[in-house]
Amino acid sequence: MISLKEVEHVALLGRLKLTEEEKKLYSKQLSDILEHARKLQDLDTANVPPTSHVLPLQNVFREDRTGEHMTTEKVLANAPDRQDDYFKVPRIL
Amino acid sequence: MELYYLTAHQLHDMLIKKEISAEEITRAVFGRIEAVEDKIRAYVTLTRETAERQAREVDKSIAAGEKISPLAGIPIAIKDNMCTAGVRTTCASKILYNFVPPYNATVIERLNEALSVMTGKTNMDEFAMGSSTENSAFFTTCNPWDTDRVPGGSSGGSAAAVAAGETIVALGSDTGGSIRQPASYCGVVGLKPTYGSVSRFGLVAYASSLDQIGPITRDVTDCALVFNAISGHDPQDSTSAPYDQPDYTSYLTGDIKGLKIGVPKEYMGEGIDPAVREVIRETVKVFSGLGAQVEETSLPHSEYALPAYYLLATAEASSNLARYDGVRYGYRYKEAEDIVDMFMKTRSEGFGAEVKRRIMLGTYALSAGYYDAFYNQALKVRTLIKGDFDQAFEKYDLLLSPVAPGPAFKRGEKIADPLQMYMVDICTLSINLAGIPAISLPGGFVNKLPVGLQLIGKPFGEGDILRAAYAFEQSGARCCKLNLLQV
Amino acid sequence: MAQYEPVIGLEVHVELKTNTKIFCNSSTAFGADPNHHTCPVCLGLPGVLPVTNKKVVEFAIKAGLALNCQIAPFSKFDRKNYYYPDLPKNYQVSQFDLPIAEHGFLEIEVDGNTKRVGITRVHMEEDAGKLVHQGTISDSSFSLVDYNRTGVPLIEIVSEPDMRSPEEASAYLEKLKAIIQYTGISDCKMQEGSLRCDANVSVRPLGQEEFGTRAELKNMNSFKALQKALVYEIKRQIKINEEGGRVIQETRSWDEAKGVSLSLRSKEEAHDYRYFPEPDLVPMVISKDWVDEIRTTLPELPDERQARFVEQYGLPAYDAIVLTSLKEMADYYEQCVEQFNNPKAVSNWIMGDFSRLMNADNMEINDVRIQPAQLAKMLQLLEKGTISGKIAKTIFEDMFATGRDPDIIVQEKGLVQISDEGAIESIVTDVLANNPKSVEDYRAGKNQALGFLVGQVMKATKGKANPGMVNKLLKEKL
Repeated sequence: MISLKEVEHVALLGRLKLTEEEKKLYSKQLSDILEHARKLQDLDTANVPPTSHVLPLQNVFREDRTGEHMTTEKVLANAPDRQDDYFKVPRIL
Repeated sequence: MELYYLTAHQLHDMLIKKEISAEEITRAVFGRIEAVEDKIRAYVTLTRETAERQAREVDKSIAAGEKISPLAGIPIAIKDNMCTAGVRTTCASKILYNFVPPYNATVIERLNEALSVMTGKTNMDEFAMGSSTENSAFFTTCNPWDTDRVPGGSSGGSAAAVAAGETIVALGSDTGGSIRQPASYCGVVGLKPTYGSVSRFGLVAYASSLDQIGPITRDVTDCALVFNAISGHDPQDSTSAPYDQPDYTSYLTGDIKGLKIGVPKEYMGEGIDPAVREVIRETVKVFSGLGAQVEETSLPHSEYALPAYYLLATAEASSNLARYDGVRYGYRYKEAEDIVDMFMKTRSEGFGAEVKRRIMLGTYALSAGYYDAFYNQALKVRTLIKGDFDQAFEKYDLLLSPVAPGPAFKRGEKIADPLQMYMVDICTLSINLAGIPAISLPGGFVNKLPVGLQLIGKPFGEGDILRAAYAFEQSGARCCKLNLLQV
Repeated sequence: MAQYEPVIGLEVHVELKTNTKIFCNSSTAFGADPNHHTCPVCLGLPGVLPVTNKKVVEFAIKAGLALNCQIAPFSKFDRKNYYYPDLPKNYQVSQFDLPIAEHGFLEIEVDGNTKRVGITRVHMEEDAGKLVHQGTISDSSFSLVDYNRTGVPLIEIVSEPDMRSPEEASAYLEKLKAIIQYTGISDCKMQEGSLRCDANVSVRPLGQEEFGTRAELKNMNSFKALQKALVYEIKRQIKINEEGGRVIQETRSWDEAKGVSLSLRSKEEAHDYRYFPEPDLVPMVISKDWVDEIRTTLPELPDERQARFVEQYGLPAYDAIVLTSLKEMADYYEQCVEQFNNPKAVSNWIMGDFSRLMNADNMEINDVRIQPAQLAKMLQLLEKGTISGKIAKTIFEDMFATGRDPDIIVQEKGLVQISDEGAIESIVTDVLANNPKSVEDYRAGKNQALGFLVGQVMKATKGKANPGMVNKLLKEKL
């Protein structure tokens, strides 16, 4: 069971502000899903390596050559708020 | 038949014979969109003006006697999670409702080179999280076969548009079944390619190690043509595989004599609608009749795929979706007191319920104390699942299974219970975990609703898949009949 | 009262001197207008993917080799997840459990003894952007974000907790800086932020083996600040212990203006970076051949060069350490010695007037206008007796300010030393005649009167008289 306190902690880590109702709902739904996921622990995987990548690719690199920059207007075109050529954000405490 | 219901290769033949112009094709498709879009709601954004301009360019090329590519002048709809320069790309999310990318995804660049004509951006489950398009922040797309039913998801808009004649071909993306399941529900062809065969550059990430772009088309030939155009190595995607890319149409011979096909019993058991099982058994007969050797096999770790998938996909998603914070683009909560307040309220208001649920789940799976039990264990189970497939492919060229446990369900039927909704993907998500290719093609009908069959191949075995799919399609058995009447 | 011993480990971030960022081809050049050196990738736009700059991996391997590390045969990138407005993706691509290099060391000189400080690991990561405020970060009602530095390649070098005093920590940082500069992978300018240092500090009663609770110190922007912050923090922790309190594990920020460190505890939520393998990048397999190839590009490092300076030039160890601490300085020295073969004299000038003037103007060697050949020429003039030591200082200052040749300055200002015995003798005669009291004093045994008389002769010749000759003639006449 995922407690409300855990839900709040995870919500903070994920930067989500949840209503009391959402907290209760997620507490129950996450518990259900994770209960289902506990099944994975039945498998003995002591000698099984994890697979992060399905393809056996390695050493994919790029040469150190400068490309084109975006124009500042393009950079800031989607900005919700700006000042001069900067992105503007509320105060940082 | 109306122009908008023809296939790309039929239209291409007519174009080079100068029987029609690209502009006429585009007009026909937009005419169809005008007629049915309010019933289907496949598109988030339409790009008629640029489409007509692109079509006229193609007509100029043809008039000038230039050799045109098979996709030149062919209308194509793009799922709204692929970046299109200058055209809004929303992922059907409020958090990106106004985002206009300054760059094109690699697949878009390749389609532009092929001179195909983009009709618009299609609806989807928000950030590709869902199996019904009901998670779109804007509206739900309807299934052209029965508008009370969902078109499937997350590429529901693309599949519905292809099925309803609102485009000729489309691109979708598939993380756990998001191309194949809507293709099954809408009675069209959908290919989830091998991980690494189509560039992900410009595809807005849901789960990076599982996402793949692929074609949604009306027939196997179109599928091969679109796959030819979009696949191949891209230096901008580090996970893109350098491989010798064949012409996939060369596999469309109709000959599958001696092909070995396995039917994993785990995909034909409980949880699969008996009527769907019956359809699959019928398709087995067709393949046998075409000279393939079909027998039952086993993928013993199948039951662990769903939990492994949900832990891995949501863990990656929780990180991939962290960038939507209201600083650089997209929605921002305006009255925030400080930066943390802005982050939290922007994201809470900007994301829908399913996206938040998955961010929560993924964050939890990665957090201190749970990483080994959940995330890392899921990575190890992934190894086992991949091993099952490797073993099966030592014996078989292809595997055959249902795409989804049932036909399209009604809107609202599963939305309240996330686990029930996740179950819809039990036949498709192992394939993403293993990174292998699979196609969904129309296999038959259940209650007058289309049901897909899935052919699963070896890594980079799209050729074998297309060969078998084409042979099946050409056999004429229970093949796709486009729904012209109901919408 | 118990004696306390500080335990210090340093985490140093070094910005790599590549043309482009670590995962995209935007420029890393310093000082561009805000947000001008950005592209969709480093801005973290939806859909973008990283591709690793090969040079970054090579530089990191080079650093690992220079720091005597083992280079990992298999390495990968991971995501470190945390939210901050200067971090466009709200995760930093870094390395967690498989860093590029581990288990190294460097050696420092402490009170004439050599001490080895362990290097735990070297890993690669991307830099964050820059926040601009009106006033301080917490007073300002808003912040402005510049992403030019986002994605600039960094290596983080983590030391073992092997240092036992602020002096050792300083010596470690100096040495680390010298080694990295020698390899040419970074400018290591603390002022521009291309070298940044955090410290983990704890204290324990002398003789106790177990470490005390540590605090992490941040925001020290100069060597002086590091030294001051460490002294302050050690005192603070000893005081807590002596008063029977307990040091809390926390991050503290050094306030240079106030000379205190402040807790950042209030800002911290439970840190949980949720590291996981970066799915957008594939692993790196680093072959022995690749490592060997990079090894051949390693230049002579400070320790080797220092030893060579002692042996080849017969310099005292101290001179060798100072001269080799900066690669440019050592290069300058050697170019000079090549043209004026008196190693100790060259060393004296470079460590003396040269460094004094440079530091006074806050300059770096590359900014100095005197070329090594010009310094050599001046030293030749001095050796030949064309100019006096005193005049040499004047000429040197002129050269430093203008970059002109010493012989031109000597000609123009008429500063050639007077070594003509006849000319000096007549002046000496005059001086003796004009200062009968001093002559008398000298003869009465007051030796300091001679100094006064020498001074009078020098004054009359505007310092140009050969001092040896003046002394000799005065003594003869007296």
